[in-house]
Amino acid sequence: MTDFFEVFGLERTLAIDGAALQRRFYELSRRWHPDFHGAASAEAQARALEESARVNAAYRALRDPLARVGYLIQLEEGRATAALKPKAPPALLAEMFEIQEALEEAKAGPLDDAARAALTEQRAGLEARMAEAAARIVGPLSAAWDAAAPAGRPAALNALKDALATRAYLRTVIDDLTAALDPTDATASPGPPERVGGRGGHVGAPHQ
Amino acid sequence: MSAPPINKMARIVGIDLGTTNSLVAYVDEDTGLPVVIADGDDRRLLPSIVGFTPDGLVVGEAARRQLARRPADTVYSVKRLMGRGWEDVKDELRYFPFKVLPGEGVVKLAVGGREVTPPEVSAIVLRALKERAEAHFGEPVEKAVVTVPAYFNDSQRQATKDAGRIAGLDVVRIVNEPTAASLAYGLHRLGQGVIAVYDLGGGTFDISILRVKDGIFEVLATNGDTHLGGDDFDRVLMLWLLEDIQARHHAELDRDCVDLAHDNEIMQELRLAAEAAKIRLSAEERTTLTLPLAGFTYHRVITRAEIERLLDPLVARTLGPCRKALADAGLAPAEIDQVVLVGGSTRVPLVRRRVQELFGKTPHSQLNPDEVVALGAAVQAQILAGGITDMLLLDVTPLSLGIETLGGIVSILIPRNTTIPTSAREMYTTSVDGQTVVDMHVVQGERELVKDNRSLARFELRGIDPMPAGMPKIEVTFLIDANGILQVQAREQRTGKAASIEVKPAYGLTDADVERMVEDSFTYAEADVETRLLIETRNEADTVLTHVGRALRQAGPLLGAAERQTIEAAVAALRAAREGDDRDAIRERTTELNHATEHLAEAMMDAALKGALGTRRADEIMENS
Repeated sequence: MTDFFEVFGLERTLAIDGAALQRRFYELSRRWHPDFHGAASAEAQARALEESARVNAAYRALRDPLARVGYLIQLEEGRATAALKPKAPPALLAEMFEIQEALEEAKAGPLDDAARAALTEQRAGLEARMAEAAARIVGPLSAAWDAAAPAGRPAALNALKDALATRAYLRTVIDDLTAALDPTDATASPGPPERVGGRGGHVGAPHQ
Repeated sequence: MSAPPINKMARIVGIDLGTTNSLVAYVDEDTGLPVVIADGDDRRLLPSIVGFTPDGLVVGEAARRQLARRPADTVYSVKRLMGRGWEDVKDELRYFPFKVLPGEGVVKLAVGGREVTPPEVSAIVLRALKERAEAHFGEPVEKAVVTVPAYFNDSQRQATKDAGRIAGLDVVRIVNEPTAASLAYGLHRLGQGVIAVYDLGGGTFDISILRVKDGIFEVLATNGDTHLGGDDFDRVLMLWLLEDIQARHHAELDRDCVDLAHDNEIMQELRLAAEAAKIRLSAEERTTLTLPLAGFTYHRVITRAEIERLLDPLVARTLGPCRKALADAGLAPAEIDQVVLVGGSTRVPLVRRRVQELFGKTPHSQLNPDEVVALGAAVQAQILAGGITDMLLLDVTPLSLGIETLGGIVSILIPRNTTIPTSAREMYTTSVDGQTVVDMHVVQGERELVKDNRSLARFELRGIDPMPAGMPKIEVTFLIDANGILQVQAREQRTGKAASIEVKPAYGLTDADVERMVEDSFTYAEADVETRLLIETRNEADTVLTHVGRALRQAGPLLGAAERQTIEAAVAALRAAREGDDRDAIRERTTELNHATEHLAEAMMDAALKGALGTRRADEIMENS
């Protein structure tokens, strides 16, 4: 599969200067965007279209530090998609069980004020945890990958995977809570696309 | 800023094909600035209205004038029907006075004694713009950039491209309206930073968030509603007026057995009156509406506060997409540096207020909101022609693209707001031994289930060599090009053979359809200038005849016998002239009838005002309003 780090002339490291990446993206866009190849031969136009699609996919995979981690895992494992299963963190299991129970109740009937307040508080707690998980992924865990010797890379990658799976799990529980708290809002707004575990790296990657 | 192109390409014009009005523009080589092309009468906007008459077609202003006269054969707002199926539009069809039929996939319009598709009607508007540009340059114009709402799906974009082909225009690029507007503003008025373009037109709403930096216009996110615009404002106001008239004048209506809601001509007049009142109330706090109807005159003072109460729910519907676009771009409202207003409906003060509240800053509206999209299309055309090399637009696909998987679940291949061009690959195989055909179903939308999304097309991969199940490996590439339009390619990997794909667009025209329409369009040529003028003159005569007819029915007591006789004679004379082909004669008789009824009109107006406002005279009221 296409290595999007290579598209930008980068090593497979997670510390990337965002401003430099954006500059390079703009340069490559100016070089390959079909707008500037309208007078070229059909062959050259097709090439421009393909290259520009690749540049766009590469930028999408790398621009966001969290999405970048998802893409790295996918690339290292040679998978077509980052089908990362959300996984409940063992330390939170008891608390999660409680929330699931409250959610079941919420589905059964309308929420009273006390239940609503409790769920809102729990959601805020989970959001804080999710932010923590994200900070850990793009901070120390990413740095550990960048610093790891070849022998240490599988362990560093696994740590990233676990943290991403935890974050993805928190995301789904928060979404469920939001749906229970404000059903109209949840159906009207699917929320921002989740880049981690998304399919940004799909280009050039056949299914296995 | 703009350098002369090295390899001068054919001229490319920029076209805004709007719901209400359409325009054509180009970039002036000397100044480097985009300019709207006016017609011979110095009109820059071409109403997107087509009239089908026994003598031929009329387009634009001429068609607009016959709206109330020939409601069943005058098509407006056809953009709302582009690339749409019966199920999409059936609920709003009762508001259209022309007949719409469920076709195969695409809807059809039964007008002027024949059936046409929405792209064919749009093609007539495009051809009028093409001719306008050709008259301006004195040479043929064959290439154009055409704008569409950013939130248009694949079928709607394809329908727009088809319209171009039918009109004899090579649509070299489909560009999104809000992003086009940002190019027009970007030339001189915007610095670097993040901008939000709020585009509320006649029939569609778009919001786009862009980052402008070093000449690159990078769209971060877009959202919208392709069925929300000024038309909906007019409709709400029209229904409100209808209710008000029915409440105030039920006695007259019952007496004359008039069913306003089912009278196409009156409903059209009501719609036009609602639109005019809406426009006046953007500049004034109150306006007076006087509408002579069957047997009585409706007279009412309308205040801005009144219509704002009616419009607020519609304006509120634009705020959800704004918040979603912000969320997708990962930005808070405060992080938007500038807000730009586009589209005629942003003239409504309530819209401006709501936008300002949401983003917390005064929006830009220096460029004419009716023209800015066409100006931007001209800039994009100049970029494609090689005349501008330092600006580049990086747009996104507004809706996720996916394929149907087991159980009717969508598997997303390309998420919304992905920068285009973009591609995705999928591997397919067979499930039975010897299978030579594989079906796939491509959908667009954000919902989990196939049935809740827009079906774009069904593809059949054919010519697979018979092999045991699971053996063939067919690689399918979905490519969204810079127009936001899907292209699909397939290849069997073992044999390297390109599999053939048969595309069955769910709501589109086949290539054969378009070819036939290109042929047909020559036989449906627009009426020549003389005929067109004759049609216009007759339409005008018809309008006057209708009004006088109504006035005579309701103004009996105000008229002396002699006066009535004079008017009736003038009516008869005009009717006779109208049957002939002598344009001057029709015009003269029309003027004469107008003269003959001057006193009647004044008397009626006065009576109406007295009836509505007590005993004050008309001139007093005019002074005070």
